[in-house]
Amino acid sequence: MTRAVRRILFLVAGATLAWTFFLAYSPMPPLGSVQSRYGDAVNAITVPERHITDAVTAVNFDIRGFDTLGEEFILFTSVLGTVLLMRRQKDEPAGDHEDKAPGRVIPRVSDAIRVTSLALVPVTILFGLYIVTHGQVSPGGGFQGGVILASAPVLVYLCAEYKEFRSLLPLRLVAVAECIGAAAYILVGGLGLVLGGIFLQNVLPLGQNGSITGGGIVALIDLGVGMEVGGGLSLALLVYLEELVEEKEE
Amino acid sequence: MTEKILQYLILVFVAAGATGVVFTRNPTSQAIVVSFYGLILAILFFVFQAPDVALSQIVVGALALPLMILLALARIKKQGPKS
Amino acid sequence: MNYLPYAVAAWLFLIGLYGVVSSRHLIHLIICVGVIQSSSYVLLLSIGYKTGRVAPIFSDIPASTPAVDPVMQALMLTDIVVEVTVMALLLGLAVQIHKRHGTLNPDRLTGISG
Repeated sequence: MTRAVRRILFLVAGATLAWTFFLAYSPMPPLGSVQSRYGDAVNAITVPERHITDAVTAVNFDIRGFDTLGEEFILFTSVLGTVLLMRRQKDEPAGDHEDKAPGRVIPRVSDAIRVTSLALVPVTILFGLYIVTHGQVSPGGGFQGGVILASAPVLVYLCAEYKEFRSLLPLRLVAVAECIGAAAYILVGGLGLVLGGIFLQNVLPLGQNGSITGGGIVALIDLGVGMEVGGGLSLALLVYLEELVEEKEE
Repeated sequence: MTEKILQYLILVFVAAGATGVVFTRNPTSQAIVVSFYGLILAILFFVFQAPDVALSQIVVGALALPLMILLALARIKKQGPKS
Repeated sequence: MNYLPYAVAAWLFLIGLYGVVSSRHLIHLIICVGVIQSSSYVLLLSIGYKTGRVAPIFSDIPASTPAVDPVMQALMLTDIVVEVTVMALLLGLAVQIHKRHGTLNPDRLTGISG
């Protein structure tokens, strides 16, 4: 099948799909007037009954916490697949720990980048921890804070030499942190099962409105998810920086 | 009224940005265009009153995704044209 | 013009699909799959939006202010983070394909050999 034939077939199929979209979207209500009773009900109960001021975190971790467990494990499995794929096979020679494409001269990293990255690392980690722990008060939560935390190793890589980077951030530690975060979610759910009879039931005392203690188990789940997402994403990024993959063979 | 104009403008930018991403054939330049497209999507989420989602999208779409694309391209170049 | 978000979502889907079909480089194909995924974000966002309401964060406004639907935003949130890890997996697959076959052109990667 040549490219021209493929393109013509796609034009036919694309026109049919566009017509299907048009038929599907025209009986829908216009933008801004879709009735959603479930959303309004969640907004009505999230502050008085659950003591959480961020409705999106309440839906993610308290009201529909079981679905978020499934999504978190999609992330876990994808990171597992990436690490398995990028492992150095036995027939590959060990590189000399530098990204050298054949016939190219690598310029040295400039000092401005090094100083800026070094200054930004504590700010990033602190900001990420703030977003993770204040998930139920203001926009934030485990997922957002986790991805912010995962950008800190990249900054460290930019500003450090390869040997120092490798000793600062062992792959094993990041992997263990990710696994602890994933296990914490299940253990908190098991706590609800043991104490209340329902998996992921909110058994801790619902704290004060608008503070970190609001929402019961949401604070614990937020920390677990933050560790898991941060560890998983930085593991995926670190694995792409090829030098760190096989520690056992060194 | 200004909110409506802003929303329509951002939607047009999103459509144009996606067209730009698809029609950039070289993967190295496409990584930069994807970063810009991620930022426009984050502004779209913000204008439609979704700050949580915009937070995730800024970090993921403008930082993690282009970085991963460039790292994969660097490894491919390191392996050489024919392995 | 009240149906513009739905039209933009359909347009994103179609243009991403065109990119997948007519791609000459596997990495370009993977990025177009990401564009298809962003069309679902636009659709979910426009379903959850209500005219004239504010974001569903009640930390500085009284708790009974009418707000936008939070369930749709919760769906999109986890979706975005999962997208990037699935992209990492796909890019890892592309790197391994290049290692085995030496090319990243989908037209030349037909058939299983060796």
